[in-house]
Amino acid sequence: MLLGFYRTMVRIRSFEEHAAECFTKGMLAGNIHLSIGQEGAEAGAFAAIQPQDYFTSTHRGHGHVIARGGDPKLAMAELFGKKTGYCKGKGGSMHIADMAKMNHLGANGIVGAGQGISCGSALASKIMGDNAVTVGCFGDGATNEGTFHENLNMAAAWNLPVVWFIENNCYGVSTEIHRVTNTPDLASRAAAYGVEYAVVDGTDPVEVYEAMTKAMEHARSGKGPYVLEAKVYRYQGHYCGDPAVYRPAKYMEDALKNDAIEKLGKKLKELGVSDEELDKIKQEAQEEMDEAVKFADASEYPDPATVLDDMYVTDNERCVAR
Amino acid sequence: MSKKITVSKAIGEALHEEMLRDDKVFIMGEDMAVMGNVFAITKGFLEEFGPNRVIDTPISEEGFCGMAVGAAMRGMRPVVELMYDDFATVAADPLLNQAAKMRYMTGGQCSVPMVLRAPMGSGRRNAGQHSQSFENFFCHFPGLKVIAPCSAEDAKGMLKSAIRDDDPVICLEHKLLYAHKEEIPEGEYTIPLGQAKVKREGKDLTIISWSREVNFSLEAAETLAAEGIDVEVLDLRSLVPLDWDAIKASVSKTHNVIVVSEEVKRGSYAGEISAQIAEELFDELDAPVERVCGLNIVSPFSPVLEDQNFPHPETIVAAVKHVLNK
Repeated sequence: MLLGFYRTMVRIRSFEEHAAECFTKGMLAGNIHLSIGQEGAEAGAFAAIQPQDYFTSTHRGHGHVIARGGDPKLAMAELFGKKTGYCKGKGGSMHIADMAKMNHLGANGIVGAGQGISCGSALASKIMGDNAVTVGCFGDGATNEGTFHENLNMAAAWNLPVVWFIENNCYGVSTEIHRVTNTPDLASRAAAYGVEYAVVDGTDPVEVYEAMTKAMEHARSGKGPYVLEAKVYRYQGHYCGDPAVYRPAKYMEDALKNDAIEKLGKKLKELGVSDEELDKIKQEAQEEMDEAVKFADASEYPDPATVLDDMYVTDNERCVAR
Repeated sequence: MSKKITVSKAIGEALHEEMLRDDKVFIMGEDMAVMGNVFAITKGFLEEFGPNRVIDTPISEEGFCGMAVGAAMRGMRPVVELMYDDFATVAADPLLNQAAKMRYMTGGQCSVPMVLRAPMGSGRRNAGQHSQSFENFFCHFPGLKVIAPCSAEDAKGMLKSAIRDDDPVICLEHKLLYAHKEEIPEGEYTIPLGQAKVKREGKDLTIISWSREVNFSLEAAETLAAEGIDVEVLDLRSLVPLDWDAIKASVSKTHNVIVVSEEVKRGSYAGEISAQIAEELFDELDAPVERVCGLNIVSPFSPVLEDQNFPHPETIVAAVKHVLNK
């Protein structure tokens, strides 16, 4: 299990480093928001999510795709705007979704939008009586949206099988969360709605996994929503190319001291795993993501003639004509 | 065989029949369950279908509209009601950024088969924040379908089609039509979206309209007929998709057009339709297309003031004569 966490974390970081390199080289356009520094939380949390479960994601959502077992080739191709991408190039980095395999209800460019969608998915589960839990992933910034409070209140009142997973990296673009929020923790707001919550160290995938397992069992057993907050770091600026000059040097010093991959690597070595084995995992991730970039780069752009497709299920041509 | 019922009863029948037909259909909104809706549309539904499918929400429009999107993405068919369409501003993100965009952004992977019922319109003395007509607002956003039926027959048949439709549909219901009693067919029937209906045939001018203004247009047509002016009244019923063939056929016959709605005139959907006619049917026109809409003001409370803020039959008669230079 620990090696599994390690592998997932390394793969997330490698995917992100490849995406950043492609962005810097001008191979892909738009905004790229990287998950580097959040790998421990994502590897731990997603290990507790079952195949039948659903989830929503955010603009900083590549890590969720890798942690859920998504295909890095299709994700990278989506970042490139290619027709082989998860959304045929129509969504891009901020809108990766995969209904067919991952039960991924979509990354979202609107902060907090996944809160309503995750609770709606949980409402569907309650009405249909299936056994799925929906996980709403979002960051610290989204806890200050009105939808946090509206949807958590309803989820609690109606006992919905939903878990909200907050990755608190302390920054909404440039604004440090405690400059605009008066509680030390964010999940503690759940208490206002009679909802159970926990706060964990997001650089420790084991701690996150155990807490998430408890949260998922809570929601699945009909006890209603659960809010789990993982304290993480955001190594890069808000998006690729943001030098994050607004952040004190201490933030990154702390981050590097607490690097999830380094910490787990050290622990694994103490448990007798060799350097070669860990290097092999890193090497495999590197090769896998090299392949993903190659695939994305070699893929074709969508046919311009498809620009009007997929707006509507029925009567598409007439609806987009006028 | 037909029967005479109110528009609100016709809407209730549509909801009832669709909930019986498909257990994926559920309704949610403020005061929909225990009270059975402020217009009594869903009275008795809670007892019949239970609290999982007839849901009273808190006053959290953005929250419950967002939940409807999530439930619809999972294959449910939520029918959500806003107590007034004016509250769509509070719920703008789930409707305009989520429901409308989800299919395209995901490359066609999912659909959002939800219906939003939104009571709209002027004349009920509800003042500035409870009287608006948001056709332009909803029609602007690609991904939504928008309908605005006028008659009880259309309200029922089109709502049933909207619920069965796999795309998000905004159903604009005029508050002052709910109490209208009209003949509708007995039994189940549906009316497809995207088909306008000629409510009155005429040869001198086409009045294009929808919702309550269709009734005013028909009244105006009677007045004009007495003066020897023969107008055609085209009830669009569906705004997106728009029945362009019906518009083209009527304009090509009468060569004169006015577009009548209760919207604020500036930036109205009536303006959009008149622009399309000007662009594509210019050679058919004997006179410029005229928009007959509300004023560019906040909806006033005082009845004498509010009455100036939406077209009446007299306003429409005057506009027709102006276009025909009579």
